[in-house]
Amino acid sequence: MSGFPVRETSWVGGQRTQGTRVLNRMVIAALLSLSQFAAVSEAQKAIEKPAVVQPGAPGEPTKPLPTDTHAKLPPISRADVDFMQGMIMHHSQAVEMTALIPSHTENGAVRALGARISSSQADEIRMMERWLVARGQATSMQMPGMPGMDMQGNSMALMPGMLSPEQMEALRKAHGAEFDKLFLSGMIQHHGGALVMVKDLFNSAGAGQDAEIFDFATDVDNSQRAEIRIMQKLLEELH
Amino acid sequence: MNLTRRMVLSLAAMAAVLIFPELSHTQEPKPAPAPGQTQTSPQEQEKPKAQADPFAAQPAPPLPPGTKGSDVNDPRAKLKPGMYDAGETAKGMKHVAFVKKPDAFQLQATSSDDPSVQKMLGQLGVGSAEKMPKGMQMVIAQLAFANSDFAFQGNHLFQGNFYGVNIYDISNPAKTSLLTSMVCPGGQGDVSVYGNLMFMSVEMPNGRIDCGAQGFPPEPAPEPGHEKDRRLPVPQKERFRGVRVFDISDIKSPKQVAAVQTCRGSHTHTLVVDPNDKDNVYIYVSGTSFVRQSEELAGCSGEGPEKDPNTALFRIDVIKVPVAHPEEAAIVSHPRVFIDPRSGVINGLNNGGSHGKGEEKPRDTDQCHDITVYSSIGLAAGACSGNGLLLDIKDPVNPKRVDAVNDPNYSYWHSATFSNDGSKVVFTDEWGGGLGARCRANDPNKWGADAIFNLKDEKLSFANYYKLPAAQGDTENCVAHNGSLIPVPGRDIEVQAWYQGGVSVMDFTDPEHPQEIAYFDRGPIDPKMLVLGGDWSAYWYNGAIYGSEIARGLDVFELTSTDLLTQNEIDAAKSVRVKELNVQNQQKLEWQPKLVVAKAYVDQLERSQALPKDQIASLRKAIRNAEKSHLKEKQVAKLKAMTGGLESGAGTAKTHADASRMQALAEILKHPVA
Repeated sequence: MSGFPVRETSWVGGQRTQGTRVLNRMVIAALLSLSQFAAVSEAQKAIEKPAVVQPGAPGEPTKPLPTDTHAKLPPISRADVDFMQGMIMHHSQAVEMTALIPSHTENGAVRALGARISSSQADEIRMMERWLVARGQATSMQMPGMPGMDMQGNSMALMPGMLSPEQMEALRKAHGAEFDKLFLSGMIQHHGGALVMVKDLFNSAGAGQDAEIFDFATDVDNSQRAEIRIMQKLLEELH
Repeated sequence: MNLTRRMVLSLAAMAAVLIFPELSHTQEPKPAPAPGQTQTSPQEQEKPKAQADPFAAQPAPPLPPGTKGSDVNDPRAKLKPGMYDAGETAKGMKHVAFVKKPDAFQLQATSSDDPSVQKMLGQLGVGSAEKMPKGMQMVIAQLAFANSDFAFQGNHLFQGNFYGVNIYDISNPAKTSLLTSMVCPGGQGDVSVYGNLMFMSVEMPNGRIDCGAQGFPPEPAPEPGHEKDRRLPVPQKERFRGVRVFDISDIKSPKQVAAVQTCRGSHTHTLVVDPNDKDNVYIYVSGTSFVRQSEELAGCSGEGPEKDPNTALFRIDVIKVPVAHPEEAAIVSHPRVFIDPRSGVINGLNNGGSHGKGEEKPRDTDQCHDITVYSSIGLAAGACSGNGLLLDIKDPVNPKRVDAVNDPNYSYWHSATFSNDGSKVVFTDEWGGGLGARCRANDPNKWGADAIFNLKDEKLSFANYYKLPAAQGDTENCVAHNGSLIPVPGRDIEVQAWYQGGVSVMDFTDPEHPQEIAYFDRGPIDPKMLVLGGDWSAYWYNGAIYGSEIARGLDVFELTSTDLLTQNEIDAAKSVRVKELNVQNQQKLEWQPKLVVAKAYVDQLERSQALPKDQIASLRKAIRNAEKSHLKEKQVAKLKAMTGGLESGAGTAKTHADASRMQALAEILKHPVA
């Protein structure tokens, strides 16, 4: 574990300690010390404080925690950050694909579906950017050798399910029913990749424990699964 | 709440940053780019230069043609924002207590102006301490510690939380006080109680069998040159996703006695008590999240039904809990409630519709979100993502679907409430997952609303929608959410939570014309960005209304009389006492034949003008005299003498509701009790 080494002075349990700790420890300690001051006068008033306890595994005893315990968050992992950065890239291609619809097809069902995908994925890109910015992370993958980048740093190796440059080119050139077919089959492939990404995320050690990323990834899985089913039906109707 | 939605939070995800030691490795110095290589990806180049602030709330799109929005002139539309000092307004109810979320369930209690907060944000070096919206600085990682659903028993209130459960003493509701904070993370912390047992839902990957808050360690960074290698799944045998069972005989120290693992975890669960089985209780588990790998829990498969007929999708799970031996709790069935009975395919229901036209995603029906059981009529109402289901639960281990409905305005079927006589079901649509602002002036009032259905001969038929009538702001997450019946005799009344839309009390006695009769609301947590908050659940329990405020804590309310609800009606509701309340395990409400109940009926018959004024007056006089005399024989005889007129009136009453009131009133007057 590395962190932000800072000089720290904290008062914990009335004992003055000094040392080098990571920032987050300092933050918690600082806040604890504030609440400790408050707790002194509170204690005089309240005879019986609420219990703070943590059960054990089934059959194991429940242990008391200090009454001034504060909550802590589970870790987030490299896999979480990779997932968000990769999904921004992934979603961006979906938005790019749907942007072709107005000039390439008159099919009402495809148009409606495309508008829906476009609006929800654009919204989700904003959410993912917020998540990353809030954690001091870049919103795109910038390092060579990362998933999705070839050794030249170009996004040649794509996220799962993304259309190849050749597929995108074919889509741009197609019109009418041919476009509909390529769009639907392409988007099914694209969404299928998102499901793989979610599966990979939840199969990575320590990943998906952050509440926001858990909810988002769960949503991607549920909603894109449903959209695949709808696109499969539309595709059948075209044949 | 279904927190699985787009528009995910501007949420205080934020300060998460502050507390992530393990994240820091991602901030290690990055290798210098190879010569001649650009660091800018093609995607970045395509982005407009002036990127919109990703934290800013988005205004609503224009109202779709032919739809109506909510009322911007309502006093609730523009209340002062604030975490603990927001403006409040109420009608027909009084805010009697507020208890702040305990410290054990908060990272810290701070205000954004606190110098220590400013300092630590600066020290983080994310370079965005100033850019970071104030609300974000103030409310840190709330979703991980969000308050969720309630259960009640005797003088105890159990408030679920993504981080555990808090238990409160409500012997005096106005002086509600915290007894126990039980730390046991894993979300959402949906909670039920039965005798000495407490049940709790866990769905997130940070859930641990031992209730530890540390989660699981992240994978170490890959060796140089192996970044692209596909890694093998890492099963975590210590992980827990499913339903925990606690012994709560010592209310200050709940003890975990069982933890039943499921493939999809438990987003919500429902306690089912079989009237014919005293030795066991059952738990219906609704899982909405990903299916875990079989390496972690044997037999779990997330494949489609075509590939794997044993998929963990398209089913619910039923846990049997022997009351005398809760440690033996185990899954006993996986009912395929979406099966097509003719073809036998297990994905026989498809999503019931969406808000179409580019607004919202459709939902597939491969999961239930929540199930409300009403054992005394042998039915359950399942709110199952793309559909509303009616289940026959006379054999609780093998529920069978008897009807399913969809609705073109519905996005996500979320929860259900039966009317007390079982003739109606109120479903909710959690459009936007509870994380989005969906009660804005431009949000259609049929989207994210209640849908009231008539229920007759095991068939559901749509009657009308009800949505919070007051417009809410861009920074207030708001949509239909959890509610319970208020036991006012002679009427169907539900109190319901609408997240930052507050609490709304709705009369749906006439399902075609639902009407709001009381409300409470607060201003948004933050004026500029949507910070997740508001009421998750609002339930009536033995005379008071409790609101589970996601970010702020716990609210207690009392009803106050208005034209739309008299003091007699409130007192009659208060006369109903229950020992335990798990709202999704609906119990038949019963009123003792007390004169206060009779007075409530008289008020209702006056309001609906079902009886002439002089008959109302003489009924009131007779009841008053009987009360004064402490039910002396002579006065009671006078009451009995008035029942003939009521019974004949019932035969000619204009509405079924008034006929029922007259009959019920006559029954009380025949045999009143003190």
